[in-house]
Amino acid sequence: MNRTRESALVPFAVYIALIVLLLITWGAAYVNLGPWNNVVALAVAVTKGLLILLFFMELRVSRKATWLAAAAGFVWLGILLVLSGSDYITRGVLHIAGK
Amino acid sequence: MATDVRRAARPASAGVEPEVAEQFEDLEQQHETYELGMWLFLATEVLFFGGLFAGYSAYRIVFHAGFLEGSRHTDVTLGTINTAVLLTSSLTMALAVHSARAGKRKLLAGLLTVTLLLGAAFMVIKGVEYYGEYREGLVPWLGFRFPGPLAGGVDLFFVFYFFMTGLHAIHLTIGIVIVGVIAALARKGRFLREDSTTVEMVGLYWHFIDIVWVFLYPLLYLLSRNGGAP
Repeated sequence: MNRTRESALVPFAVYIALIVLLLITWGAAYVNLGPWNNVVALAVAVTKGLLILLFFMELRVSRKATWLAAAAGFVWLGILLVLSGSDYITRGVLHIAGK
Repeated sequence: MATDVRRAARPASAGVEPEVAEQFEDLEQQHETYELGMWLFLATEVLFFGGLFAGYSAYRIVFHAGFLEGSRHTDVTLGTINTAVLLTSSLTMALAVHSARAGKRKLLAGLLTVTLLLGAAFMVIKGVEYYGEYREGLVPWLGFRFPGPLAGGVDLFFVFYFFMTGLHAIHLTIGIVIVGVIAALARKGRFLREDSTTVEMVGLYWHFIDIVWVFLYPLLYLLSRNGGAP
């Protein structure tokens, strides 16, 4: 609970960054970047998510135990997405019968 | 009963002094435990939504063209406005936590009320979107009609669209109710200074809902808006 000293200006700075990122991702969607459209959209979403996690949710100043709990959810989500993705993405590559 | 001694030793500023439950050594430990518990809950929430994100990704690979076509029929203007509304509500919630710690009663109650109203505004805009999609025949099982060979994929896209935004909306509704309750309590002088833990925990939940939307927005609204090949 030693967080009272942080300036109240920090949330405003983070908010401006979030709105700028929103405008970037919105604008980028209308530009044809080929496969990079997906990369930009997800990179911006991850950046926005990290800003909210680190500043609004104060993980930046949280204890290690809190980091562990927060990371656990995303690590398991990563396993879920990577393992199921490795199946669906490579189906066409490996020519497995039944698609 | 060490706890009782410690509690008695505090200056008696009636009403604003937080309770330390019996199982905790002191306020600091209680706060840390609440925080850890909240994050564990949020980790399960990540996986709750994660199942839908994984399903979305798998079907998007299999029904690629249908998903791109479906995304073109979402209302990107309202979706973008709603993203801004929700990000703004996260700002007011973060400021509410600041004002709770600083002991500013009126500011806290006011910021929580603004957060609540922004959440409600999001829901109204989402409702307008849903109604528009219903009118266009894009709601699966409710008069879904879509011409052409992509109908199956578009149907599946909107199944995910409604389940993902719907689950998000349920979470937001719960958030709005909780923020309403703590806003009313804050007006009476609760949650100030050392007693700010409750506002912090509600804030964590609110920001989590915001993060979910930050990912839903590009996945549902922004696919193939440029008319080019995906």
